[in-house]
Amino acid sequence: MKEKPVTLELAKEHGLTAEEFDRVRAILGRDPNFTELGIFSVMWSEHCSYKSSRIHLKKFPTRGPRVLQGPGENAGVVDIGDGLAVSFKMESHNHPSFIEPYQGAATGVGGILRDVFTMGARPIASLDSLRFGRPDHPRTRYLVTGVVAGIAGYGNCIGVPTVGGEVYFDECYDGNILVNAFTLGVVKTEAIWRGYASGVGNPVIYVGSKTGRDGIHGATMASGEFDEKSEEKRPTVQVGDPFTEKLLLEACLELMRTDAIVGIQDMGAAGLTSSSFEMASRAGTGFTMDLDLVPQREEGMIPYELMLSESQERMLLVAKRGREDEVRAIFEKWDLDASVIGEVTGDGVARIRWRGKTVAEIPVAPVTDQAPVYDRPAARPEGQDALQQGFDPASLPAPSDLADTWLRLMSCPEMADKKWVFRQYDHMIRTNTLVLPGSDAAVLRVKGTRKGIALSVDCNSRYCFLDPYVGGMIAVIESARNVACSGAEPIGLTDCLNFGNPEKPEIMWQFRSAIEGMAKACEAIGVPVVSGNVSFYNETMGKGIHPTPTVAMVGLLEDAGTRLVQWFGAPGDAVFLAGADRLGIDLGGSLYLKEIHGKVAGTPPPVDLAHEKRLQGFLGAAAAEGALSSAHDLAEGGFACALAECCITGPEGPIGAKVVNPFPDAVRPDFAMFSESQGAVLLSCPPGKRGALLDLAGRFRITIKELGKVGGEHIDIEGVATVRAADLQKGWREGFAKALGLEG
Amino acid sequence: MKTAVLVFPGSNCDHDAYHALKHVIGVDAGFVWHKQSSLEGFDAVVIPGGFTYGDYLRTGAMAKLSPVMAAVRRFAEGGGPVIGICNGFQILLESGLLPGAMIVNESLRFVCDYVHLKAETGRTPFTAGIAPGTILKIPVAHYQGNYYADDGTLDALEKKGQVVFRYCAPSGNVTPEANPNGSARNIAGICNEEGNVLGMMPHPERCAEAQLGSADGRRLFDAMVAWLKEKGK
Repeated sequence: MKEKPVTLELAKEHGLTAEEFDRVRAILGRDPNFTELGIFSVMWSEHCSYKSSRIHLKKFPTRGPRVLQGPGENAGVVDIGDGLAVSFKMESHNHPSFIEPYQGAATGVGGILRDVFTMGARPIASLDSLRFGRPDHPRTRYLVTGVVAGIAGYGNCIGVPTVGGEVYFDECYDGNILVNAFTLGVVKTEAIWRGYASGVGNPVIYVGSKTGRDGIHGATMASGEFDEKSEEKRPTVQVGDPFTEKLLLEACLELMRTDAIVGIQDMGAAGLTSSSFEMASRAGTGFTMDLDLVPQREEGMIPYELMLSESQERMLLVAKRGREDEVRAIFEKWDLDASVIGEVTGDGVARIRWRGKTVAEIPVAPVTDQAPVYDRPAARPEGQDALQQGFDPASLPAPSDLADTWLRLMSCPEMADKKWVFRQYDHMIRTNTLVLPGSDAAVLRVKGTRKGIALSVDCNSRYCFLDPYVGGMIAVIESARNVACSGAEPIGLTDCLNFGNPEKPEIMWQFRSAIEGMAKACEAIGVPVVSGNVSFYNETMGKGIHPTPTVAMVGLLEDAGTRLVQWFGAPGDAVFLAGADRLGIDLGGSLYLKEIHGKVAGTPPPVDLAHEKRLQGFLGAAAAEGALSSAHDLAEGGFACALAECCITGPEGPIGAKVVNPFPDAVRPDFAMFSESQGAVLLSCPPGKRGALLDLAGRFRITIKELGKVGGEHIDIEGVATVRAADLQKGWREGFAKALGLEG
Repeated sequence: MKTAVLVFPGSNCDHDAYHALKHVIGVDAGFVWHKQSSLEGFDAVVIPGGFTYGDYLRTGAMAKLSPVMAAVRRFAEGGGPVIGICNGFQILLESGLLPGAMIVNESLRFVCDYVHLKAETGRTPFTAGIAPGTILKIPVAHYQGNYYADDGTLDALEKKGQVVFRYCAPSGNVTPEANPNGSARNIAGICNEEGNVLGMMPHPERCAEAQLGSADGRRLFDAMVAWLKEKGK
């Protein structure tokens, strides 16, 4: 690569506006050179600066008695008691995964793992939220296969279990898939590390893989829309090396057990640039850096390339002066490079040298403090009202065979068994996974304690499309309910906010509304947002995705022995429906409306936040008291699909149930079966615990209704529809591979 | 009595094996770094699963060159019990301590799932006391667990009683459907002629506690402890 003369045109090619370019000149008091332009362009890219989202993200509650680290660091940290904490974050790798699914997804996993172990935490579990285009789109099978193999290839090799997640299909993702990766680690509260470049004279040390030309401008790519030329961006996708990351993980954790370092940060998006500037900015310092000392695997790289490379498996750390040899010795043991490339200075200026010359000289604080912040115009889309009023339930043709409709819903790719996916993920390694993938939440034990951690990732983007405010609330509430269904108390969340082009007012309206809904829900249930990520520009050829604010919820079980699963336990258990206060009426945005009637319209079911909070308390108390065999929330597909899941998703084969129709007053039986609602859960209760369960429901003011009993070969909603559990299970098991034309 | 858990660059089931031995079974255990050339003081060796050297070459092809493998060979020749699990099995194959090779799963996909195994011999220290025909529920997790050997080798393994485990249905029937990876003759684990070196793809260390879904894996480690005790260790 050759340096180019810096002009406004070149700045625009780098994604800077004329005003932003002026601001660069004002900060420097002169024109930037090519390297400096590169640095500003990535630091002020949407991906790194959050310039369009920052003012809205402030609306999230981020504090709480358990929060040890909120947003702004590599990952959030939440106290779980007994001197331990969990560190977690979720991040998107949407654009790279669409261009090159295997490496895009793999490096997404690699990046989020680094964010977590940078905090000093040992990663113990990952989740992934994946959204693809319609199953019969020509590219979908290729993308699904590649993304799943990429996640497996990276996570399995490094040895962190992928314990759950979600896979959705919708045509809105045809040209822009979503790959959101979450990792959680465990750390001692007194051993949390942060990204601070403090202590004038302390050495800045580069560790990990060598730097190549891969991924240059990845952050900028993630800050623009896709077009027909996006394929040409394949070289901006990084290539993952999970083996090196495993070595890096072990070396970093070993190093952190010494007190030789003062700060550490992952070289993620914008690589050496963002890690060095962010660490110095947090500490209020400057630094010098000599690029000739950066370990390189390609020849002839210029400063611009070295500063912007997104080569994977690299970290930047600041050690205590005089302790360099200890750092080197540990990295040598793990066959990794460790090179002192500069030192912390007190004048607040970044001075970058190469071949004896200063190639960039930038004051650190203004790069972050004076980064552009936009309050972009927002406007409710013109068609929103029509969309919400776009259907009349009475006009829907009634299915002639409800059992057949039930089977079709259970075997559609959104509902069908995802075993084809999670069988490729090592979900058991580290021997903590108590509830394997397939339940509302995965549950892991925390070795050395009685505690359990419950994890769930969720977002219904149809709801968010129809009403982003309510959809945002539901994303938070439903992931919290999933965690509560395992018996856990939700203690913190991280999010990945996937939206279209923020420069369009209607997208900004979606974004703002979703955040306000999420914030409202978080406050109501007392759960802080401790980390997260915004992914804008999820558009191809001008067409945006459904707003998709994915939420990953973390819950705590004081005693992992009280955990619950979603599937019915034993024949003879009583079946209860709790919290179903709205009876069989909400079809807006439902799976039934989409899959059977081909419509995405209406409004999502309303949310009663006070009820949700009480429901969570009720579930936790019922689990702790042993009053439940299982708990499962009503979600896509409504009551009938939730009931089917209770019967067929367990590891021990299908089991039947005989229940009364809980919504006898519904206008039509199909509405009773498949209408969707919030705040409702299906429970099974062992004989002898019925009284205790009803007492608790009374104490938490949760309406509860006994519906029938577990057992038999059929799933029977009396007087409405009956299917053989084994038939439903067969369709559910085969649906995913069948829809995608995959080998089972 | 002390057991060694080897650690290579890329081992990732080392902590799990250590946990099962030390905290579940209650036998002393220690990590041994791959650059060490002695196993002095250890009475049994576990080569854990993982992706040594990223499996970027043939699985186990790099790890067999580590100094510790010469020590493992001497230890095995002295009759000491050695168990290689998953990648550990692959390393034993590459080292020539066990016959055959591993190729990519027939599905061409990684597979993580519970499987059932039929125990075929009690002659190894890890299966002593487990009656032939016993069915164990133990998970697999691998991309290259498709055991291959030529027919002559397979015949010899069977004739000499070196097939320790086969994949089977929950009923115990050895069927093609029960084979998760395409392994020749449903072989899941084999031992050397002497019986003291066992290699197996399934992970007994992952199912040594009932709360994880099965405690059948514990039986192998219990057998090992009983065997060592009998030898006065």
